[in-house]
Amino acid sequence: MDVLRGTFIIAFKDLRVELRSKEVINAALSFALVILLLFSFAFDPSAEETREISGGLLWLVFIFAGILVLNRSFARETVNDCLDGLVASPLSGAPILLGKAVSNTVLLLVLELVTLPIFGIFYNVRWTVGLGWLLLVLLLGTWGLTVVGTLFSALTVNVSLREAMLPLLVFPITLPILMAAVQLTTTLFSGEPIAPDMVWLRVLIGCDIIFTVLAGALVESVLVG
Amino acid sequence: MSAAPLISAKGVWKFYGDFAALRDINLDVAPGTTLALLGRNGAGKTTLLRMFAALSSPSRGSITISGAAAGAQETLRSPAQRRRIGVIGHSIWIYDDLTAAENLEFFARLYGPRAPHEKIEHWLKTTGLDHVRNRQAREFSRGMRQRLAIARAFFHDPEILLLDEPFTALDDRAADLLSRLIKQAHAAGRTTVISTHQLREALALATDVAILDRGRLAFRGPSTDDLRAAPEDFYRAYTEPRA
Repeated sequence: MDVLRGTFIIAFKDLRVELRSKEVINAALSFALVILLLFSFAFDPSAEETREISGGLLWLVFIFAGILVLNRSFARETVNDCLDGLVASPLSGAPILLGKAVSNTVLLLVLELVTLPIFGIFYNVRWTVGLGWLLLVLLLGTWGLTVVGTLFSALTVNVSLREAMLPLLVFPITLPILMAAVQLTTTLFSGEPIAPDMVWLRVLIGCDIIFTVLAGALVESVLVG
Repeated sequence: MSAAPLISAKGVWKFYGDFAALRDINLDVAPGTTLALLGRNGAGKTTLLRMFAALSSPSRGSITISGAAAGAQETLRSPAQRRRIGVIGHSIWIYDDLTAAENLEFFARLYGPRAPHEKIEHWLKTTGLDHVRNRQAREFSRGMRQRLAIARAFFHDPEILLLDEPFTALDDRAADLLSRLIKQAHAAGRTTVISTHQLREALALATDVAILDRGRLAFRGPSTDDLRAAPEDFYRAYTEPRA
């Protein structure tokens, strides 16, 4: 089956299920808002230094909330052993992984777009300056995080401590993606422009391509025991 | 001359750590056969069936499912091969948050059968779920969920049916439906492998019998009248009692 078609089928199914249950988005959004609130108590939002680390703070919120989304990605397939149904179907591993990564990316982007204005108010950050670039950085950073996280979500789906295992595996591997996303976001929040040939943008795009290809190639052996 | 096997296991071993769940299994299943795969709990029935379904791979040996074309062999994980197979597993493989119709629509998209909407209508009616088609599966009784699982497995008219303990915990209606569908599949020349320890139900449907005992193939032969008359005695002769 065509990979794009399979990716769409899986993403559509996952988003339909999530739209109905709202199981993940409610938990992740609440968690993100609580972290934002706690950070605003921990740091002085008016301080210039705080605004300089605002990109890092924002991405910390996104990755913590993102882990909740990623943890449920394959775990929801364990109900009624639906994962066996997917693996036995004509779909190969790549569209299953990519479909789930697309669905996770959409959910995380929704969460990010809701969180961003609140973050802007709490930290007095003018996030609308360079909005197009910011959306591109959010998209690229989120895709990198979710494609790696979705692969490890498949790997840890039958592990009893998967909630703890997933961040331990995902955070170190996605470090270059997070560093690039943080640097670019902080640059934008400082009011500086991003040039298309900026090294961190290249790192982000390069990591996304490499991790997508690797995850697509490895997932089949992860899913078939 | 007997027909070339449709499913063939050659020297198959499966290890979980140091434990050998399957030991040197050599088993051929001819087209049109309804094979009852018998054995006690832990004999390796599910492990072997999962390999036939390409859900698991052998640690040693090989499993092949022949192509429709003469001599053609495709890899077991190819989409074309998996489209030929319908599976009822230990669990029902349906999504609780989707409706009955949405579940079948989803599997229709995966398998891409011809005239999917007509097929969905047909199977909702056949399984008696057409009046609850827009209700989420989580609201269904156990029997209704089982019937939906049967529809999911038979939906794309598979050439090979792999049924793992299919009669376990079925209500009367679902068991009757499943028996009828297995007989219809046999009449249409389909190949079915039924893993079970429910001897009489399986032997009433089977043309052939294989008995697994502690990971080894202990018996393989046709389902005869003698066997059907006293299946328990026959079964005991090939399975060692557990310590």
